[in-house]
Amino acid sequence: MADSISMKKLVTRLLGVVVAMFVFGFALVPIYDVMCKAFGINGKTAGQYEGEQTVDTSRQVRVQFLSTNNIDMPWDFYPKHDELTANPGAVNEMIFIARNPTDKPMSAQAVPSIAPSTAAAYFHKTECFCFTQQVLQPGQQIEMPVRFIVDRDMPKDVKHLTLSYTLFDITARHPPVAVNTGG
Amino acid sequence: MSAVIDDHGHADHAHGPAKGLMRWVLTTNHKDIGTLYLWFAFCMFLLGGSFAMVIRAELFQPGLQIVEPAFFNQMTTMHGLVMVFGAVMPAFVGLANWMIPLMIGAPDMALPRMNNFSFWLLPAAFLLLVSTLFTAGGGPNFGWTFYAPLSTTYAPESVTYFIFAIHLMGISSIMGAINVIATILNLRAPGMTLMKMPLFVWTWLITAFLLIAVMPVLAGCVTMMLMDIHFGTSFFSAAGGGDPVLFQHVFWFFGHPEVYIMILPAFGAVSQIIPTFSRKPLFGYTSMVYATASIAFLSFIVWAHHMFVVGIPLVGELFFMYATMLIAVPTGVKVFNWASTMWQGSMTFETPMLFAVAFVILFSIGGFSGLMLAIAPADFQYQDTYFVVAHFHYVLVPGAIFGIFASAYYWLPKWTGHMYDETLGKLHFWLSFVGMNLTFFPMHFVGLAGMPRRIPDYNLQFADFNMVSSIGGFMFGATQIFFLFIVIKTIRGGPPAPAKPWDGAEGLEWSVPSPAPYHTFTTPPEVK
Ligand code: HEM
Ligand SMILES: [Cu+2]
Repeated sequence: MADSISMKKLVTRLLGVVVAMFVFGFALVPIYDVMCKAFGINGKTAGQYEGEQTVDTSRQVRVQFLSTNNIDMPWDFYPKHDELTANPGAVNEMIFIARNPTDKPMSAQAVPSIAPSTAAAYFHKTECFCFTQQVLQPGQQIEMPVRFIVDRDMPKDVKHLTLSYTLFDITARHPPVAVNTGG
Repeated sequence: MSAVIDDHGHADHAHGPAKGLMRWVLTTNHKDIGTLYLWFAFCMFLLGGSFAMVIRAELFQPGLQIVEPAFFNQMTTMHGLVMVFGAVMPAFVGLANWMIPLMIGAPDMALPRMNNFSFWLLPAAFLLLVSTLFTAGGGPNFGWTFYAPLSTTYAPESVTYFIFAIHLMGISSIMGAINVIATILNLRAPGMTLMKMPLFVWTWLITAFLLIAVMPVLAGCVTMMLMDIHFGTSFFSAAGGGDPVLFQHVFWFFGHPEVYIMILPAFGAVSQIIPTFSRKPLFGYTSMVYATASIAFLSFIVWAHHMFVVGIPLVGELFFMYATMLIAVPTGVKVFNWASTMWQGSMTFETPMLFAVAFVILFSIGGFSGLMLAIAPADFQYQDTYFVVAHFHYVLVPGAIFGIFASAYYWLPKWTGHMYDETLGKLHFWLSFVGMNLTFFPMHFVGLAGMPRRIPDYNLQFADFNMVSSIGGFMFGATQIFFLFIVIKTIRGGPPAPAKPWDGAEGLEWSVPSPAPYHTFTTPPEVK
């Protein structure tokens, strides 16, 4: 055909599309994270919060705590209390307890999530055991604090929050070397 | 460009094919390769079908009778994988290889050597995949959608072979697609403008673009799995900061366009067949082309309708719900055009037409159940039930598979030089029609009543419908052996087929004798 471009050029362009789409597949990973952060949509909380806020005594929010062990995770893992009532702006604390009942040292990672997910952006942790990994010796038990501030600007229709942790066994990936009680 | 097609320079040696087995191993002839693809697809259809028979036998009655649940999971997984990647996709590539050069007046595919390679990757890939069933830990058991972490953290050892097999299939499809695009864009006969191309060629061109856009994403997806499993990354592992929901986004970004990859060529084939047997030109040719293109475009922005229950935000649910419903518009245009083509035509119902008309009606049922699933709040109920199974089997069996059957009967005279036995063909149609409806229609009801998919046992209340499904399934399965018999019978003999066996047919493929000579259009035809 007179108007067709050369075969070599065409095939090169098509291969270019293939490579670009392969790269795009991997680009979906950061795109996903950015979208989730920007819209606060998957209940993931941000890292350590440095700010301070004044307390809003006129409003109260019920915060519930959940702990789940991922499959095959043998630790005992639970919050000291099921829930507390928080004033937006104030710093609250909850203690979680973890115990390694096995006869081997193990390491673990807790992954937090907030429901409803739209509130995740308004839930600030000033300190959390989920920022680090926990290493427990056989039979060892620790108390792990999480401190948080519920943002004053959290939408008024949210009266009830759930902070849930899933505890993962990461011994295989991060062999427990040092004796470190986490924090 | 001519350097590529003149490969088997026809000036100095004989025109016929080489002799013996090496003809098939080394062939670069588009007709040979098309035949290889079609036979391969048929073998995979029988293999995937036998897995389905195991599933239906286990589900014949409630309780666990025949297979272990672990093996049942491997059967559902392998059935899906083999049917999607082994049967439907290669069958369409086979049809493309055979028919596209004949339809656009090209002497062969644009890249004949690559064509040979892309075919031979497939047997290797499926040997690898199927062999995992015989390994100690068993084959893939995580469903054809292979959601992480089922397919990563909790996968059997054989998952690595699975990943490698997917890579090979992906490379094969990508090369096949590049070949189709290059052929269509560069090798059309003089006068064959884009808007004169037969619809089968158009739909394949668009399918090929979908393939090169999403198969690399699938390759990326399984590569990430491979890295999570063997190299300690955490793309999909929450423990390491990744996210299993990300897997579903990446998978369905491939997965939804993939379902259109499996249906668009069937749209094209049916758009050839219905005008032939209605003895009228296709109604709304231009709108067909645009409808196909818009379906392909929309297929990129609806993927999360498979993920309504993972916890996406309300705006997301709404966006994906409306975008999905929008697809029904161009799809409706197509169904309308097919119906209008038949309207007041002087129709006859030879076997290809029977399959094509059944395609239009039954595919529409699948489209309607798709619309029900697209309603996000309703899907909360339907997700992961047999209703979804009913939906996609209605679009895939009387959709993709009937499209392939219709094409096979339509072009068998051209391929073999013989007419198939019309009575047997009609019998094949009616047995398939009854069998598939018996199998899949009751699944709507058990699904709405809450029967979950991919489970080897079920509540007593579902017993009767499941028995009907199983009986229909066995019937449909056995019927396909009968199809094999019909095809072999046609190859071996039968009334000689004229160049144009269908009086209403149009197109260049009917201008060459039947069976089509080994080399056709070595001098391009003139298209007015
Ligand atoms: C009007 C057109 C269509 C609409 C609105 C539609 C909608 C949907 C929706 C919402 C789902 C997700 C259901 C769930 O998991 O809860 C679904 C699943 C599915 N659809 Fe469709 N669909 C349409 C056409 C098609 C076509 C043409 C095909 C293939 C030829 C197809 C193949 C599938 C498959 C394979 C699944 C299930 C995937 C799985 O979970 O294993 N659909 N469809
Ligand atoms: Cu979809």
